[in-house]
Amino acid sequence: MKKVNIHINGKKIICDQKESVLQAAIRNDIEIPHFCYHEDLPLGVRCKTCLVETDNGIVTTSCDLTVKPGLKIKTDSPKVKKLRDENLELLLADHKKTCSKCSKGYFCKTARLMMKFKISGTKYHKDKIDKPIHKFGNAIEFDPQACISCNKCVEVCQNIGIGFLRLEGKGSKTHVAYNPDPKVDCIYCGQCTAHCPVGAIREQSQISPVEKLLKNKKDHAKGRADKILIAQMAPSVRASIGEEFGLKPGSNMEGEMVTALRRLGFDYVFDVNMGADITTYVEATELAERINGHGKLPMITSCCPGWVKYAEFYHPEILPNLTKARSPQIHSGGAYKTWWAKKAGVNPKKIVIVSLMPCTAKKYESKFEKLKINGMYPVDHVLTTRETGALLKKHNIDLPKLKKGKLDSPGTYSGAAAIYGASGGVMESALRSAYYFVTGKELKKVEFKAVRGMQGIKEATIKFGKKDIKVAVATMAKNFHILIEEIKKHPKKYHYIEMMACPGGCIGGGGQPYPNSERIIAERTKALYKIDEKMKLRKAHLNPQVIDFFENYVKKLPKTKQDDLLLTRYWKRKKFE
Amino acid sequence: MKNLITKIKEAKLVGRGGACFPTATKWEMVKKAKGNPKYVICNASEGEMGVFKDLYILSKYPAEIVKGMVLAMNYLKTKEAYFNFNSSYYKQTKHKLNPILKKFEKKGYKFTIYKESPSYIGGEETALLNAIEGKRIEPRIKPPFPSDVGLFQKPTLVHNVETLFNIAKVAEGKFKPNRFYCLDGKIKNPGVYYLADNLTIYQILEQTKNLPKYGWFAQIGGGASGLVINATQAKLQKMTGAGSLEVHSTKKKPRALLLEWFKFYAKESCGKCTPCREGSYQLYQLVKKNKQIPWKKIMDIVDVMGKTSFCALGKSIVVPVKSYLTNILKKKI
Repeated sequence: MKKVNIHINGKKIICDQKESVLQAAIRNDIEIPHFCYHEDLPLGVRCKTCLVETDNGIVTTSCDLTVKPGLKIKTDSPKVKKLRDENLELLLADHKKTCSKCSKGYFCKTARLMMKFKISGTKYHKDKIDKPIHKFGNAIEFDPQACISCNKCVEVCQNIGIGFLRLEGKGSKTHVAYNPDPKVDCIYCGQCTAHCPVGAIREQSQISPVEKLLKNKKDHAKGRADKILIAQMAPSVRASIGEEFGLKPGSNMEGEMVTALRRLGFDYVFDVNMGADITTYVEATELAERINGHGKLPMITSCCPGWVKYAEFYHPEILPNLTKARSPQIHSGGAYKTWWAKKAGVNPKKIVIVSLMPCTAKKYESKFEKLKINGMYPVDHVLTTRETGALLKKHNIDLPKLKKGKLDSPGTYSGAAAIYGASGGVMESALRSAYYFVTGKELKKVEFKAVRGMQGIKEATIKFGKKDIKVAVATMAKNFHILIEEIKKHPKKYHYIEMMACPGGCIGGGGQPYPNSERIIAERTKALYKIDEKMKLRKAHLNPQVIDFFENYVKKLPKTKQDDLLLTRYWKRKKFE
Repeated sequence: MKNLITKIKEAKLVGRGGACFPTATKWEMVKKAKGNPKYVICNASEGEMGVFKDLYILSKYPAEIVKGMVLAMNYLKTKEAYFNFNSSYYKQTKHKLNPILKKFEKKGYKFTIYKESPSYIGGEETALLNAIEGKRIEPRIKPPFPSDVGLFQKPTLVHNVETLFNIAKVAEGKFKPNRFYCLDGKIKNPGVYYLADNLTIYQILEQTKNLPKYGWFAQIGGGASGLVINATQAKLQKMTGAGSLEVHSTKKKPRALLLEWFKFYAKESCGKCTPCREGSYQLYQLVKKNKQIPWKKIMDIVDVMGKTSFCALGKSIVVPVKSYLTNILKKKI
């Protein structure tokens, strides 16, 4: 592509011909405030804060100003300042009042921006929008009062393929609202929460119950505490939580997180990755059975609760195709409260499990009655990556400065689990084990690069001995729909399909740090594959903990108890169910 | 015989919605644009106070309006047309309009009536397109312009009622360089008048026997967004925008006038961009809550609305406020 030279604040910048001034500035770390621009979403030109002055003295938005040769831009001239500050004050009128409810914590980009540009947020006062906070299940909520009408949540929901959110009202009463159409429901993916610059749409925080548990623990430090607190971290969290502390996307913080969680007061630090290995084991076994003629094909993954909600609400006819395997956090949570409790000699009722997830839908999943084991939820609390960051910062734990710690014993995981966070990762993990279950031979070349990457739909054919296994991987609801239609037209086209609600898979999840963009997701993804590459143990069925769990515990249980621990079921759901 | 487009050019027709865009150029742009079908839209949704000529024309000349639309449709080789109706206007004129539409529908032309609750933003043509498509009513990013990517992504010709009337008159060879004036306010004979388009404001008031005998000033081209001029300026100033002329007494309280304007802007802002959405609200509050007008604060907001609003609605607020300050109150802020 042809290059164009422009100057921003006197600095020469080489740009792509079609780039906007704002894009060029972002690329060169020149800060121009913006709220409604997102590189993956359609241009809004709503917030009017990305103002710049051109060489002919005109102040204009930089998001829709295409570069042209010789363009000279000032981002901080007196003219710009006056108009930009006025728009920021108007946009963020009364914003500070909602700050306390926000889980963005001390790294809030909006709060930092207000400080840098000296925006009081009190110059103007806004009348209340008389609408209550709306809760979507137990996962997400929005507060019309805090909404700044930037429309990002609406656009990202549209982009995912759901269209649950929309702006309502006119003038200063404009605010986010939901679509009343009974045929449209939220799937709890939480992409809206990862795109809201002001925390108007956010996860339902579980920071305070977790803090209460931790405080209780510290108050009874001398062995009298009656709860055993276990933290388990999802594959994706370690590759993104550094961003909450200003690190680059893709900085692996696993070791630091172990230390941090211990410092917070958790008794044990395990890993959802171990659960992922259990899931792979169960799912690959089922896939092998279905390929061998026992059960419906194609088999479709079910570890993404956003996808499961989508299937249960929009396409209940596809439910028989979903694997019966539970999801990783539920598998490992259940394993700790049964197998591990027995080994460690503790009362399972005293165990409290906190999952740290890149996801908001995992909050919803954790409260399913159908998943209870011996009357206990496998997971008690779910914190998103953002909440985890906020919790650490609140307790003055500066994550990047910590020494690396080691996971506690059943935390052992394989490389197959590490890549669960990336789109195609579950597929790849299952194939590594299913190959063994189908052919009886161990796979030599374990990497399936055709199912990696950011595309919405990926397809590949894998040789299982002489058999061709056809697979597909989809992210985002709009692509679920395409694949489901394809399955209906050609029921034998695929053997196995992976579906994930968020772009790039869990690594781009709705609980991940703000901002969340394809570029950032790609960097985080690299970190996951790097973990896998470096591991000797790369197949779930060879994880010694998993072998111990199945051989020495599960197999000795009656069949119904085994199912309670490993399997789930699905049904058609109504709106808001 | 000359073809219609040449006649339109010679008549120097310009859009009467307020923006005065040359009609022939608009036609040629839509003609050149790729995409099928093309659409013709009659915009019959004036939403600004002081502007009521569309209703008058629709009631009196429905045949001319439809004729103007059919001529445009023939030129663009399309049979698809829409009305964007102020819903109360439709109620008042449908008994006259519908029989005429039926006649053309028999010949294969298709007219779809979209009724909107009266709103100013409906006058912004891209917001109007969103409304007809069932989307949130707010303006679109331009370019692309409706002439290239309009209704349902197809090339679209949007005309105001008066422009269509003029097109019919040009085709009939009966075009006069007149325009419709809406006269309102503190005058004896308010109403719609069809007079030469080059009259001064003073002449208009004189010819319609409306020249006040008290100290007066006027707002022209829109009851909210229009220019404010004093009686002396009225002797030189000609009509602008949507053709409205509202007369006020010089005794009119500034606070009352600002309240009317700002209430209008706050109510009509679609909510898309920050300066118009929040600014119009804050302006209204500033005047409502203060007995003394806080001019400095008001002008800060008016300035940011004028310079950074997304569409013409928010931008236009500078016109009445600044001209009122300069021409009537003689203030410098």
